[in-house]
Amino acid sequence: MCQGRTRPSPNKSNLSVKPIIELTNVHFAYGSKVVLDDINLHLHPGQFAALAGPSGVGKTTLLKLILGLLQPVKGRIYRRENPPLRIAYVPQLETVDWNFPVTSEEVVLMGLTQRSGRWPWPRAAERQRARDILARLGIGELAQRHIRDLSSGQQQRVFLARALIAEPELLVLDEPTNGVDMPSSEGIFHWLAHLNQTGMTILLTTHDLNMAAAHVPWVICLNRAIIAQGRPETVLTEELLSRTYGGEMLVIRQNGLLFVQQRPHTHGYRDVLPEPVAGGVPGHNGR
Amino acid sequence: MNTLLTPFQFEFFRNGMVAAVLVGGLCGLIGVYIVLRGMSYIGHGLSHAIFGGAVVAFVLQINFYLGAGIWGFVAALLINQTVRHTRINADAAIGVVTTASFAVGVALISRYRRFTQSFDAALFGNILGVTATDVAVIVAVTFPVVLVVWWLYKQLLFTTFDAEVAQVYGVSTAWVETWFALVLAAAIIVSIQILGVTMIAAALVVPAITARLLTDSFHRMVAISTSLGAFTGLMGMYLSFYVDISSGATIVLLQALLFCLALFVLARRPNRLVQAEI
Repeated sequence: MCQGRTRPSPNKSNLSVKPIIELTNVHFAYGSKVVLDDINLHLHPGQFAALAGPSGVGKTTLLKLILGLLQPVKGRIYRRENPPLRIAYVPQLETVDWNFPVTSEEVVLMGLTQRSGRWPWPRAAERQRARDILARLGIGELAQRHIRDLSSGQQQRVFLARALIAEPELLVLDEPTNGVDMPSSEGIFHWLAHLNQTGMTILLTTHDLNMAAAHVPWVICLNRAIIAQGRPETVLTEELLSRTYGGEMLVIRQNGLLFVQQRPHTHGYRDVLPEPVAGGVPGHNGR
Repeated sequence: MNTLLTPFQFEFFRNGMVAAVLVGGLCGLIGVYIVLRGMSYIGHGLSHAIFGGAVVAFVLQINFYLGAGIWGFVAALLINQTVRHTRINADAAIGVVTTASFAVGVALISRYRRFTQSFDAALFGNILGVTATDVAVIVAVTFPVVLVVWWLYKQLLFTTFDAEVAQVYGVSTAWVETWFALVLAAAIIVSIQILGVTMIAAALVVPAITARLLTDSFHRMVAISTSLGAFTGLMGMYLSFYVDISSGATIVLLQALLFCLALFVLARRPNRLVQAEI
């Protein structure tokens, strides 16, 4: 696995090539509640893009529209059909039924469902492939473990392995680092960057703007509509992020790295609290 | 040895034995998908719905298997589609569709009282009254059902685990659901004559949850549940001959006993029991 923090390399996508996904004036609503409004988005071969925005602004809905799981109320969605686009999807971990009796290897093999034979059990070569991918992701020894027995980072890798065994051209991930500790998040983003360098197109949603800034070369800020999209250093500005997240955002640039933080709200306590005293930390009511 | 073989002298017992093993195995197989979809009560509900279909078939003077089959298939499909496309949970959908269907049967029976008696067997099962024709029908249904499950095994697994994601990976989940509704209805229809409406739910659910307690692998769960269903069908029939109690009840009691045994064994490994939460 790649080690160390990397800056996003220039996006390798060729913007002159016809996009594999194209959304034109797309609107979507659940009943009378408008979720997405006038979305125009292109995804080119080899692009690596992150959809950023607060919860409930339509990130997952946008992914589902791209995947064809939802149909827009208005507008047009183009997906390359000739040859058919091979898509793999890694859903949010919280949507998974962790009591379902499947081992890591069985989950990975689901990715071959449509390409495998009609024999109910997998061929030896398929099982070997699944184990190889798990090994490449650093969890080869967990192939026979039940999915609930794994840590969040390991679980995420199992579902990433299921996507990879399908050899997708477009990999779509919904919050791949949600509930995952920081080193595992770093590892997952490194893997995605590595996959992108092999030519895979990747689209993900994330709340982790710092990881996106460090690893993803194209960021799309979404809040019902697309607020901005472009390279992290042009999009992740205090003004655009404040418009996206609706709060005051702080962007720090240091040693070529970019850090994003919501400006903490002090509730005015700092003005009234006494200085901490040795032997105890007083509460804000002085006790 | 002769004493042990005594029951096999009787044709009704041989027929019943074959029927019980096939139906037990079939329910064990289909039960895995039912339990994992959180639709444990579909066996109970659908058998009631099919009872309604059987009465309608009787009134319209059409073949029982055809009438009940179409009725059961439509009911299973309605339940599946209601769950997939609305905010209604499986238990509520099963409740609405199947009780309404059962009510049709009850309404018709109360209107045409003359045939009330003939539905006793459908309600409580009549394994000892199984004829060679019934066995032929069970065989004719069991093999296509097993073939469909075999053919769609991987698609069924993926759809049961996560239908939405399966769709992205190219699985035609609508077709898989339709086929599943068909095999479920078929399994219940052939079981209804053997186990009766009242016992089918247990025969569908108990082997599957016992298997779930014993393994964390889907493939092994399918194998264990099917084997348990067939084994309890065989042993239940055999025991019922000697203890002289209803065969359907004996089969289900044996399944419940094995479930308790699995619980008892796993209770000594509490971590395993918690992991196998169903």
